Amino acid sequence: MSATMTDQATQSAGFGGLSARSSAELNQTARISIRNLDFFYGTNKALKSINMDYPEKQVTGMIGPSGCGKSTLLRVLNRMYSLYPGQRATGEVLMDGNNIIADDVDMNALRSKVGMVFQKPTPFPMTIYENIAFGIRLHEKLNRAQMDERIEWALTRAAIWGEVKDRLNTSAMGLSGGQQQRLCIARTIAVRPEVILFDEPTSALDPISTLKIEELIDELKRDFTIAIVTHNMQQAARCADQVAFFYLGELIEVAPAAQLFTAPKEQKTQEYITGRFG
Amino acid sequence: MPQEQHTVRSYAEELKRLSGIIMRMGGLAERQVADATAALVDRDTELAAAVVQRDVEIDALDTEVESFTVQLLALRQPMGADLRFIVAAMRISQDLERIGDYARNAAKRAIVISQQPLVGSLNGFQRMARLVQENLKNAIDALVTKDVAKAHAVWAADEPVDEIYNGIFREMLTHMMEDPRNITAATHLLFIAKNLERIGDHATNIAETVHYAVLGDAITEERPKADASAYAVVRPPS
Amino acid sequence: MSATTQPALAPAKNAAVAARLGRSRKRGDMMARSLSLLATSIGLIFLTSILVTLFYKGFNAMNLSVFTEVTRPPGSNGGLLNAIVGSLIQVALGTAIGTPIGMLVGTYLAEYARGSAFGGMVRFVSDILLSAPSILIGLFVYSLLVLPFGGFSGWAGVAALAIIIIPIVVRTTEDMLSLIPNTLREAVIGLGSPKWKMIVLVCWRSAISGIITGVLLGIARIAGETAPLLFTSLGNNAWSTDLTQPLPSLPITIYSYAGSPFQDWIELAWAGALVITLAVLGLNIAARSLFSGKK
Repeated sequence: MSATMTDQATQSAGFGGLSARSSAELNQTARISIRNLDFFYGTNKALKSINMDYPEKQVTGMIGPSGCGKSTLLRVLNRMYSLYPGQRATGEVLMDGNNIIADDVDMNALRSKVGMVFQKPTPFPMTIYENIAFGIRLHEKLNRAQMDERIEWALTRAAIWGEVKDRLNTSAMGLSGGQQQRLCIARTIAVRPEVILFDEPTSALDPISTLKIEELIDELKRDFTIAIVTHNMQQAARCADQVAFFYLGELIEVAPAAQLFTAPKEQKTQEYITGRFG
Repeated sequence: MPQEQHTVRSYAEELKRLSGIIMRMGGLAERQVADATAALVDRDTELAAAVVQRDVEIDALDTEVESFTVQLLALRQPMGADLRFIVAAMRISQDLERIGDYARNAAKRAIVISQQPLVGSLNGFQRMARLVQENLKNAIDALVTKDVAKAHAVWAADEPVDEIYNGIFREMLTHMMEDPRNITAATHLLFIAKNLERIGDHATNIAETVHYAVLGDAITEERPKADASAYAVVRPPS
Repeated sequence: MSATTQPALAPAKNAAVAARLGRSRKRGDMMARSLSLLATSIGLIFLTSILVTLFYKGFNAMNLSVFTEVTRPPGSNGGLLNAIVGSLIQVALGTAIGTPIGMLVGTYLAEYARGSAFGGMVRFVSDILLSAPSILIGLFVYSLLVLPFGGFSGWAGVAALAIIIIPIVVRTTEDMLSLIPNTLREAVIGLGSPKWKMIVLVCWRSAISGIITGVLLGIARIAGETAPLLFTSLGNNAWSTDLTQPLPSLPITIYSYAGSPFQDWIELAWAGALVITLAVLGLNIAARSLFSGKK
């Protein structure tokens, strides 16, 4: 056990020292900082003065029972909630010093920096190639060769290049669920975001596809800051460097994963992770 | 260490069962220590033989705890306090198994000593055994009741055991120097004293484990120690 | 887990009561089944008799000149060519005008007006239009396009057919777009896409087979409409493709020929009816296979 831990630590030592998963030390640079965030569905307050940081190039897991606000918070980070009238957020969500929940934010530009992968795979009804090219074309003008190169890069990073390189011009709907989800991850990273949000990315997948996605997340955190909402505590334990536990719209506890899952500080967290709830 | 009601009842019952096995092991280990000491003091070879035979029961329980905890880890994927309790049970079971081995070793030596002339007084052994037994009992109780204060008391109470051990060490050296015919018995007695002292150390280990299981961190203070036998020198009475 | 937590077992069933209940249930089942079979067979009898009559008389009257000759006075061996071409022109133009309008309205309802009061009103009006008697639409176009411009015209007929097909396309477009899971929309928006690109490049593409199906069914509906054309394009016994003048159409020709006292006109009417029926049948089959094939 200690041998593999050391290997991981040395591999990831390239950026900012030890891997948080083995040393329980988090990267101190926050990519996104949330300050006094409140969120409302109409008059219903769904998040209550949240304060937390998402450390750069690390995985933050967000856990809690259904309706605790974890998905709501995720949808604040790319302003997805702005699609729906009646949903609003107050407070500060700081990224590069800007409050991204301010009214005058260019949301399309924000979403090119903060990508999102959803619970169910969402391939577009077009070819595999076009699926990836779609997002790129929204933000960049590339010639054919550059486009081909970028698509190969994205599919390779999403660990699906080998499986699809011979059928880029077939419909993406013909892929298996796990492949579709990796295609969606490729589509997201093709836009070259800085932050990737995962909203229960494996809840519709079988265990092997799930592990592939988890391995991918571990690989992606070398270049991206990652936030993942999951119902599966073991998944948070496997993937996350930092874990935040939410309950009834409040952030109960946020701590390095190893600490939160072995010796949480809050009684509520303790009850939730050991399965003694309510 | 079951707290409140677990959502999955069978899981809670498995944890309770694990806690039960540890309690049984603890009780058995206490009895082995008591019987080994009684066999020594009363020169009762039958009792000593019984202690030696009974050690397999502790070993069997240790094996059971090991496979059961591995099974719980694999099938229940415990977290938080449950995880710490299961890991603690694993470690405590190993401590108890070692305690059983020491008691068996003491009982074997008691058989040899019963065929030798008496050397000195065995009061020190009785007092030491009583202290060690009490610590062991309190450590296991602390685990079951999640009583950190009790665990701390056990952890701090090892000092008198060490002091008695130092006394016995000097006494035995003196006896050996006085008359070489004492050497066989005195050496065996010395080893028995060492065994009891080691049992005391394992009891403090258990107390430390209990502290971890309950609070999730290690005891950071330095433990008070009084075992000075490593530096003990007794001059021959030339 | 333990036996004590289980509820006590229900007392043993009384066999006689169970048997009686079983018999009465069987009787009830028999009754319901015979009634529905009876209703179905009554419907089927009328339907088949209509179809058999139509096919029998239609095929008897059918010959090549139906498709090669224009309408002529009775006894001069005419055909239906001008009526068929007139119908094709009006249906094609009506569809070409009505479909984009219908698609845009349906898109508005599904993508922009979800839950809004105005959207609800538009949907309500469109649904009323969907079930409005087509003769009302004919009268409406008559007062709007025929009276002010001093005469019946092909354009008026086209307008009437377009108005009929619009609510059909609105409905299917909205329904098809509503079937698209919201996460697909969020996935597009999540890439940083503006909303109109999401609708045009992804939503329409996902819904296109359903929308085409709706359009085909709409075409089938307007191809057989007679009432709205009576007040608009009127009909024309001569060859004409001039949309500013009265334009012939198949349903109108059938309507006037079938009521005439001349045997050869009545036979032509049967042939025309068969042509329309086969065309509508073909469109329906095409729509169904397209829809199920895409699923």
